[in-house]
Amino acid sequence: MAKLLEIRWHGRGGQGAKTAAQLLAEAASSVGKYIQGFPEYGPERMGAPVLAFTRISDEPIRVHCHVTEPQYVVVLDPSLLLRGDVTAGVPEDGIILINTDRSPTEMRKAMRLTGRKVFTVNASRIAEETIGRPIPNTPLMGALIKVTGLMALGDLLADTEQRLAKKFADRPQIVEGNLNAVRRAYEEVQGE
Amino acid sequence: MQEKIALTGNEAMALAMKQINPDVVAAYPITPATEIVQIFSDYVSNGLVKTEFVTVESEHSAMSATLGASASGVRAMTATSSQGLAFMWEVLYIAASYQLPIVMPVVNRALSGPINIHGDHSDTMGARDSGWLQIYSENTQEAYDNLIQAVRIAEHPDVLLPTMVMMDGFIISHAMENLEILSDQDVQKFVGEFKHHRPALLDLDNPITVGPLALYDYYMEFKRQQAEAMRTCKPVILQVAQEYAELTGRKYGLYEGYKLDDADLAIVVLSSTAGTAKVVVDELREQGVKAGLLKLRVFRPFPYEELAQALSGRKAIAVLDRADGFSAFGGALFNEIRSAMYDVKDRPLIVDYIFGLGGRDVNLDHIRKVYADLAEIAKTGQAAQLVSYLGVRE
Repeated sequence: MAKLLEIRWHGRGGQGAKTAAQLLAEAASSVGKYIQGFPEYGPERMGAPVLAFTRISDEPIRVHCHVTEPQYVVVLDPSLLLRGDVTAGVPEDGIILINTDRSPTEMRKAMRLTGRKVFTVNASRIAEETIGRPIPNTPLMGALIKVTGLMALGDLLADTEQRLAKKFADRPQIVEGNLNAVRRAYEEVQGE
Repeated sequence: MQEKIALTGNEAMALAMKQINPDVVAAYPITPATEIVQIFSDYVSNGLVKTEFVTVESEHSAMSATLGASASGVRAMTATSSQGLAFMWEVLYIAASYQLPIVMPVVNRALSGPINIHGDHSDTMGARDSGWLQIYSENTQEAYDNLIQAVRIAEHPDVLLPTMVMMDGFIISHAMENLEILSDQDVQKFVGEFKHHRPALLDLDNPITVGPLALYDYYMEFKRQQAEAMRTCKPVILQVAQEYAELTGRKYGLYEGYKLDDADLAIVVLSSTAGTAKVVVDELREQGVKAGLLKLRVFRPFPYEELAQALSGRKAIAVLDRADGFSAFGGALFNEIRSAMYDVKDRPLIVDYIFGLGGRDVNLDHIRKVYADLAEIAKTGQAAQLVSYLGVRE
């Protein structure tokens, strides 16, 4: 993977797109990759569409421009498929991973999508059942590494546990819930 | 011993401040620099630094309190951005005129109006004549390294001038990147104890008058001394960089030349855009085009002799300014680079591009266009336009 890998996260304010973009970057960094993780800052507020980006490479990353041609796209909220084009700039062999209860075939039809590979996982339900809140960001990280082979599940879990343990020092059940969410989405993600 | 970690630019700056462990920090929050002092205030609350943290009601007060602390003979810092820096304006000049070695991270952000929170250099370009040293950083690693070096530079007895260290708002401040960090002990050892190179200005046992009226009888002598400090601080910047390289292996100079020595076509730019431009330089080199880059690190003092030497022999040069000078003749960097090149024999053609205002993205295609323009200028020996705007709707 000498080539620069770029990921675009489509979410709504409050769903944790920025956190996922940076947690995944940190996890990749922990296994020796060069990374960038950054959100697009506009007038953020709860529920408004937001974008975040992750870059991963074996070489030092020098570009500091926006990501416009991501190989992978993660859609945290399926309602975003109704506005704008989440597939913009994604190459023919790119991957679209969507948080939804529907199958990849159904989603492809609904999006009238040609080319690319579509994967789906019900990350909101997984989060509800494991963390107690429908925050789909951490399960989608698990699903993403499964369908892309970006990194080993064990490495992602180890680094995510360390990061979240710092943030939720007083609430270990949140850390455990998130790790279970990552594991379950890794198992449950579906392809076409 | 260094540790490899991933941090945002703001986290890296806050960490460097913690490791510097200043005596006083007085600050007021402003996007996108807020996190620096927010994270630093956590260090204070958790007892990880000895710093006296002063919360103030404005940036004018932040700089005034920092100035007061520094004048009393301690190591004092603050951090700001954009309108915050603008609000510090009059006190910036006073800090420089007292020759107080205050060190301040500045997260570059566009000045209003219209109101904008994103990165451009209009804030610090406006402060370029305030008497502060200005050091610009390409990425989180450089932001961290530059802040640590700035303490040594500012406090050196041959300098004693306030120093601001810049990184691009959001593009770097809010982007997580890999970097290598030093241990707290190594940073402490590098910056050393705050030394009194002269009696503190504010000393209860030896009271003197500070900030007196100096009219046409003495004002000019004050300014002459200030100018002399700025004129003679380059060797200190290089000496500190040398010691830092010995500690970290990371080398810094007044500027960084990237494939510049044999380049026909060169871009001159500050900060994060230099990274994007390096990618295009590599691409063009593979195609056999002699492209190069000069990233200016130290804008104040302006290293005009070194720049003239590094840029002589090029056929065409494009200066990229991330702030308009509104002089109807391009940005500040362009004007100063052109001035530096005036005494060069067979000087190259030099054009200016104003770019990235208010955070407007500058991508690989924009940089490719600039090099394509330069190739045409080098070929024809003339530039259609001296000053133009990159990536704007006209």
